[in-house]
Amino acid sequence: MGNRCAVIGVGQTRYQTKRRDVSIAGLVREAALRALEDAGLTFADIDAVVIGKAPDLFEGVMMPEAYLADALGARGKPMMRVHTAGSVGGSTALVGASLIQGGVHDRVLVVAFEKQSESNATWALSTHLPFSASLVVGAGGYFAPHIREYIRRTGAPEHVGALVAVKDRKNALLNPYAHLKIPGISLEMVQSTPMLWEPIRYLETCPSSDGACAMVLSSEKAVTGTPAWVHGTAMRSEPIFRAGRDTVNPRGGQDCAADVYRQAGITDPRRELDAAEVYVPFSWYEPMWLENLGFCAEGEGWKLTESGVTALGGDMPWNPSGGVLSSNPIGASGLIRFAEAALQVRGRAGEHQVPGARRALGHAYGGGAQFFAMWIVGSDRP
Amino acid sequence: MRDVAVVAFAQTAHTAEDQGLSEPELILPVIQEVREKAGTRDFGFTCSGSCDYLAGAPFSFVSALDALGAWPPISESHVEMDAAWALYEAWVRLQHGDVDTALVYGFGKSSQTDVRELMTLQLDPYYLEPLGLDQVSFAALQARAYLERTGRAESDLAEVAARSRRSGRDNPYALDLPEVSPEDGYAVAPLRPHDIAPDTDGAAAIVLAAGDRAREMCERPAWIRGIAHRTDAHYLGGRPLDRSESAAAAALAAGVGKAPVDVAELHAQFTHEELILREALDLGPDVLVNPSGGPLAANPIMATGLIRIGEAAARIHDGTAGRAVGHAAAGPCLQHNLVTVLEG
Repeated sequence: MGNRCAVIGVGQTRYQTKRRDVSIAGLVREAALRALEDAGLTFADIDAVVIGKAPDLFEGVMMPEAYLADALGARGKPMMRVHTAGSVGGSTALVGASLIQGGVHDRVLVVAFEKQSESNATWALSTHLPFSASLVVGAGGYFAPHIREYIRRTGAPEHVGALVAVKDRKNALLNPYAHLKIPGISLEMVQSTPMLWEPIRYLETCPSSDGACAMVLSSEKAVTGTPAWVHGTAMRSEPIFRAGRDTVNPRGGQDCAADVYRQAGITDPRRELDAAEVYVPFSWYEPMWLENLGFCAEGEGWKLTESGVTALGGDMPWNPSGGVLSSNPIGASGLIRFAEAALQVRGRAGEHQVPGARRALGHAYGGGAQFFAMWIVGSDRP
Repeated sequence: MRDVAVVAFAQTAHTAEDQGLSEPELILPVIQEVREKAGTRDFGFTCSGSCDYLAGAPFSFVSALDALGAWPPISESHVEMDAAWALYEAWVRLQHGDVDTALVYGFGKSSQTDVRELMTLQLDPYYLEPLGLDQVSFAALQARAYLERTGRAESDLAEVAARSRRSGRDNPYALDLPEVSPEDGYAVAPLRPHDIAPDTDGAAAIVLAAGDRAREMCERPAWIRGIAHRTDAHYLGGRPLDRSESAAAAALAAGVGKAPVDVAELHAQFTHEELILREALDLGPDVLVNPSGGPLAANPIMATGLIRIGEAAARIHDGTAGRAVGHAAAGPCLQHNLVTVLEG
């Protein structure tokens, strides 16, 4: 894992359908300046910038790091652009952390964004490479069959997905940056919304958001303010077309979790972690990832959700921020998970703070449930 | 820093036209070749560079994992940049000390698009892109600024083109381009067709290894003694166009000037860029530049920068150079530059 690394600043924009008041550069700069302010630093204190976002077709700007160098104070500095599909926000944090763990830099600014209002993500996801067929389904259509297979395997009752949607949207009411705020949201309300991709109903999907998130990462000697220490980092990827790979409970996710737990000295995540921010773009992915990440035995995930374990008042809160279901600037969604995990262990999560949280998991996945990025952060120096 | 070396390099026989190969088919042979050269199938870390816009579809790197046969799942990342930056990310990862080997690759099929127009989409979407300047036009602005400052002539540019094409014809992996014809009209003045890198399809792969592992895998490892990159202002009016300050800063940070350089492979997609880069890296007339022919003889976008590092390393591997420089560039008018110093 190399040298110690800490999160010393977090900045987020308010997430909403359309940010007409800012350019793409203005959007990322807003998040970056807030992260710097949180760390008590300025651009002059930053050694390198790492930026991540999902496919460039989402805004129609090719390799936009070139254009965003000025707005992020990167002139004269190293700047990198990460792209690992939906997991990219998480990978961006890990590439930034790697620069510190490898002893190359002392302070790195990591930023991720999406300005979905500039284009149409479902369209951008439905074009295809030459010589290959397009499913023309977007993300929801792609993942719905995997969810149906989960339900078939486990016999989970159909209201479990709606329970996740209600829980995460209730949490979002406590998060000033969250996009979807639906006061009075209830099981009946979710279940009365149209079926989009069976079994996913309208209110069981993530919104399309504009937004950016940034973090200042620091070496041990350059820490300012309240650090969230990085206790473990891991990435895993597996081939989308491999025959026999289990897309419902992917090995890549299991291996990635095992790696990050080993680094953090965790043997029982359900007991030893205090909070988790996990990439759940469609409600059913909460029970699916509960199993994939080892919080319970296979087939038991939906029972944890149903019994309220993952609620903000439960013993293992998942997505206290409201999660991807409440805010989804795609390329930033993974980084927001990592940043919210850091906010929890820094005691800076405000109204959605898990009391006394000392260790938290940040998680992101992407592609055909084949790219995984995770970290564990803690209030104690490892 | 931990000693890390380039221990294996492979590239496709690059082509000027589409060969009907998908991206995984393009990269599979070079992945197999570096695996054989390095004597292993498995690596502690894998990183690649590619660009979705070349294919006009998202996730061009996703299908590449099928070519790798990434099973069991691998520790892997991707940059939407030239694969030289993937090599940089892998080098950083090897500094952690817990893994000893890394696979890096990049690929691009220019035949699937119009590169000249495509590069317009990399400009600021609000203030620059609507002007419709294409890649050759903004390169021509830089060429003009350079020629005016230095008093050099268009014939100096033609000389770079002629030498690059000659070297390219001797390189089995580069294109066979004809002699430069001085009568060719301008593409965009002062640039003529021979001043512009050719559209190319291709891929390349490199294996990095640390310490003793590198010595096991390679008789004469090309040790990375310095590697650094710097970006510059994006706006063409926001920086002096007649030079490349970010290339000079990267060269300084990588330590190019600490000892004499035998060979330099420069990511010059236009003839004037080679001259600007020679100056920025402070390479004297005795330095052999782009003996492979460079990007002016084969330019498989997203792999071109990685190939420069590979070609520089190959000179260390075969003992014809003791100290070599590999350079990669990105963004309009040499906005972003990466410099690697390799030693035997």
